[in-house]
Amino acid sequence: MALLVLRRLVQTALILLGVAAITFLLLYALPADPARMIAGRSATAQTVANIRRELGLDQPLLVQFWTYLQGILQGNLGRSYAQKTDVGALILARLPATLILMAAGIAVEVVLGLIFGIIAALRRGGVVDRVVMMASFVGVSAPQFVVALLLLYVFAVTLGWFPMSGFGTAAHVVLPAATLGILGAGWYARMVRSAMIDVLNQDYVRTARAKGLSSVRIVLRHALPNALLPIIAMIGIDIGQFMGGVVVVEAVYGWPGIGQLAWQAIQQVDIPIIMGVTLVSALAIVLGNLLADIIAPLIDPRIRAR
Amino acid sequence: MRVLKSMLRQPSAMFGLIVVALVVLLALGAPLIAPYSPDDQMFDGLSLEGAPLPPSAQFLLGTDTLGRDLFSRLLFGARTSLIIGLVANGIAVGIGLMVGILSGYLRGPIGGLLMRFTDLMMAFPALLLAIVLAALLHPSLWIVAMVIALVNWVQVARIVYTETRGLVERDFILAERSLGAGHLRILFVHILPHLMPTAIVWGTLGIATTVLLEATLSFLGIGVQPPQPSWGNIIFESQSYFQAAPWLVFFPGAIILLTALSFNLVGDALRDILDPTQRGRG
Repeated sequence: MALLVLRRLVQTALILLGVAAITFLLLYALPADPARMIAGRSATAQTVANIRRELGLDQPLLVQFWTYLQGILQGNLGRSYAQKTDVGALILARLPATLILMAAGIAVEVVLGLIFGIIAALRRGGVVDRVVMMASFVGVSAPQFVVALLLLYVFAVTLGWFPMSGFGTAAHVVLPAATLGILGAGWYARMVRSAMIDVLNQDYVRTARAKGLSSVRIVLRHALPNALLPIIAMIGIDIGQFMGGVVVVEAVYGWPGIGQLAWQAIQQVDIPIIMGVTLVSALAIVLGNLLADIIAPLIDPRIRAR
Repeated sequence: MRVLKSMLRQPSAMFGLIVVALVVLLALGAPLIAPYSPDDQMFDGLSLEGAPLPPSAQFLLGTDTLGRDLFSRLLFGARTSLIIGLVANGIAVGIGLMVGILSGYLRGPIGGLLMRFTDLMMAFPALLLAIVLAALLHPSLWIVAMVIALVNWVQVARIVYTETRGLVERDFILAERSLGAGHLRILFVHILPHLMPTAIVWGTLGIATTVLLEATLSFLGIGVQPPQPSWGNIIFESQSYFQAAPWLVFFPGAIILLTALSFNLVGDALRDILDPTQRGRG
């Protein structure tokens, strides 16, 4: 177990190194020039050259990358071009907002997914089942920004139940979390459904039924724990997807998380921030998967034995 | 033919097929069907206060903030979405097939390297990468298609890799090899045809992803640039106005949803038909 974790950690480090290298290369190769961006339109060539030297952009690519890597190893993600502050600090300041949104969104997904997935599995072929299967398709086919705008229009503009945008109170979380949760819930429901169908057909469930246990008890105490594994794997993947995918929802709802930070940085060609957020997102993807792999044997002894 | 017949038996697949056919027809026939030019800023297309007009007999789906007919813009937007869907997704499936088949077939360091690279790409936050690339390159229809292709090939490569690995182990490949068939013959004549169902399924499902991604990029203002209409940039152009003119968001939104949904339904039905072992699974 410890060896496995160690090996995965080394893999994680290598993957992050690769992500850093590719992102660096891509950003370097793009036609956007951060020095000119900072200097402004009317700046002279001399000013632009000075800024370029100041930022170290006049160095060869490999030297720049090496300097950047040295920084990362010391826990230093560099300084933002536009805001002149430490990127690590900027990201840390924005991270809680995104984590709150992520926790709320995933909670909505899991709760809705469990409820509808279980009902669909129990009433296989019935109305709820068909609605759930269809809804999961609608969920992946719906553009996030349209659903966000739709919820805004109905619940903020028309009904006035929730604020339009911003951050601070519990009411602010509802619409963004609902946007993420409703869209993702269908896939959870699908997973729960197919896992539950597998489990419900097994002998021990039949035994439980033969013993005369109530169906609520059978489902919740006997079947569900064994159907939880794919859901945990899914949450792991979800956590990863979330970090990189939160840009749109944060943009629509004015949510001050790392998605918004990234979006502002992209518009200002603020490369250190873009690099930083990309790395944090990649880290989330890898850690999400790792977390699922670590938790799985903890809740399922069958995997531990392998 | 067999595939088509099985599809028509499932109501959801049939629904998807009809909508897809409809969208394709509308896109092809846009110049004939559109009541107005998509770029025509009509002086009677705005109210006296200069606000966009709600749906009416004259303007079926209303007008946008510049007094252009929304219905006509959506028709021409369908062309944009489908072109990007086909081009971007065609390239993505092409790259995915190449990388997947090579890394699955070549055992040596090259195959391993290709697969590690694919693993690496899996750890990339895809949407973020697409947004960064699209924003920092000068956006145009083709750039958007390239960016989407660059992001979307990874999943295909992963699946093709697994399937190729399985195929290589099979006896008929061994038989071919002992008969003296070269690598190229084995790859293209014996392995590739077995991967076609996968390519077709992902080719279809991928169009849904592509349509959504294009809409998202255009909605952020870094996709297809106005005045060329795309479903995403129609919403981008009117989002600050959407409280007063919600139809400008909801009609394009509904069409994006319907199109993506239909491609997903068709793709899923194709998967069921072409690969019966997957039937009924999540």
